[in-house]
Amino acid sequence: MQPILEPLMKIAVLVAGLMTAAAYLVLVERWIAAWVQDRLGPNRVGIPLTKMRMFGLGQPIADGVKLLFKEQLTPSHVDRALFLAAPILIFVAAIAAFAVIPFGSAIPPEAFPTSWGITKPVSLEIAPNVDVGMIYVFAIGSIAVYGVVLGGWASNSKYSFLGGMRSSAQLISYELPLGLGILGVVAVAGSLRLDIIIEHQAQTGVWNLFTQPLGFVVFCVAGFAEAARLPFDLPEAEQELVGGYHTEYSGIKMMMYMVAEFLHMIAAAFLIVILFLGGWHLWGLTGSGDATGWIEVLLRVIVLLAKVMVVILFFMFARWSWPRFRFDQLMDIGWKVMIPWGLVNFVVVAAWVEFGDQASRLLRLPGEWSMAVVGWPALLISWLVITVLDPTAKRSDNRSTVQRP
Amino acid sequence: MKPDDQKITWVKEPRLGLLGRSYLLLFLQGLTTTLRHFFRRKKTVQSPEVRHEIPDPLIYRGVHRLNRDGQGRVKCVACFLCATACPAHCIDIVAAESPWPDREKYPQTFTIDELRCIFCGMCEEACPVDAIELTSLYDLSGKSREEMIFDKAKLLSVYDQTKDAEPMRTKRAEGGGGKAE
Repeated sequence: MQPILEPLMKIAVLVAGLMTAAAYLVLVERWIAAWVQDRLGPNRVGIPLTKMRMFGLGQPIADGVKLLFKEQLTPSHVDRALFLAAPILIFVAAIAAFAVIPFGSAIPPEAFPTSWGITKPVSLEIAPNVDVGMIYVFAIGSIAVYGVVLGGWASNSKYSFLGGMRSSAQLISYELPLGLGILGVVAVAGSLRLDIIIEHQAQTGVWNLFTQPLGFVVFCVAGFAEAARLPFDLPEAEQELVGGYHTEYSGIKMMMYMVAEFLHMIAAAFLIVILFLGGWHLWGLTGSGDATGWIEVLLRVIVLLAKVMVVILFFMFARWSWPRFRFDQLMDIGWKVMIPWGLVNFVVVAAWVEFGDQASRLLRLPGEWSMAVVGWPALLISWLVITVLDPTAKRSDNRSTVQRP
Repeated sequence: MKPDDQKITWVKEPRLGLLGRSYLLLFLQGLTTTLRHFFRRKKTVQSPEVRHEIPDPLIYRGVHRLNRDGQGRVKCVACFLCATACPAHCIDIVAAESPWPDREKYPQTFTIDELRCIFCGMCEEACPVDAIELTSLYDLSGKSREEMIFDKAKLLSVYDQTKDAEPMRTKRAEGGGGKAE
């Protein structure tokens, strides 16, 4: 039974958890938006038909019911098949990415009663032992672009079209720095599997953030851009594009777009935590290697989810902290800053993988720490070089150079 | 206007200094601003449980009321000055001969269309006997347009409702009937 029942149970728990998380993150997002703007935010909706308010914790349910029962407006000028397919595509792609993301370390078989007949450790990952882990996430993430592009195209409206165009350019540009950001992590861990990447950080006790700060910056910025969060939310850009690619959507289709957006953010937060912030590892609390019992398993899950929550909160704070980039600035940052930084990071990491042992002996530093000695200067120097060279500066005004007949 | 029109002034983007270009300072600035506001006291008033505090009710321009004199009669003398002054033409008065000896006319009906009113306070300014006043009630609502047309009884009831919190604004409030002499 284990091979069939186990994944099905994990899928059920994961989908239910993710949907609830996405719904409640909408509430958290609104709270943070309100508090940052000196407002109180939603704090009224509690249990229906009673006077209980519970700080507005009923709000996501009310929002969901509202969106479900709202009129489904399909404009007459849309391409119906694609119009319907786009939100389904983006939603499925967003949720499928979680198949290889570990939510903790494996539960050892000894933790279960012997009568259950469990002989193999139960991995807290829907598809455990997928060797292409990271590549799978990337492939699925690239499919999500189609949801945005198709939605913008099928809507047959200028705002949606502009949003779709912008996002296709943005998401394709930022795939490169995203890939370069993880290249260093993969080179050090020696595997694309996310659980092995965490295990590597847990065993050495050194999170990749400390050794590859440049890679962290590149991956974070690219992650923000891939999740289309401010300051890189140009595909939506409410003020300019009236919502961008989902201008023409309403009701449950709109909700699928919104949930997919939050799932992207959760996935990006998970990846940042797993790749750079040590995953479930916390010094002196979670240990390393396989978990020995329920307590350790639970501790690791809690530590991982807490870290993810912190990253998500940062995502939400970032939304109100910095203004949106202009589109040419966005492209400049992607191509002229992030890609060179990613390459520099990879060169530094590759050099360390080759010569790290000698460097450690020379500097009398334990293992991974010798990499921080090169990692941080690499960050500072790269940042300084970009600041001085300023490749994103506009050398002329914005006048069009196209000659008109 | 074509892009090569001579009248267009093309502006070059100002170049940032080294600190600005590094983005680090701006990064911290944005984060500290949001964090500061995050912990700041909130401005939201939990209406309707908590009411907005009106700094000075005497100069606030909310719902109208028709004042009563010492004997409980309507103070209005149906002179039409408020209706004439009203820029929104929302006051409608039907005058009749007064049943009381201290004045010639009184308003048989007095209606204000609160939906047309712009709450400018000109009626209050124009009134020679201080019969019409604007109260500090700001949340008026109704289920239909008809409900929002306030008649004499309704306007007098607004007075009864607010007279304790907001006394009449002039000395002429006392005594029998304003211009009695």
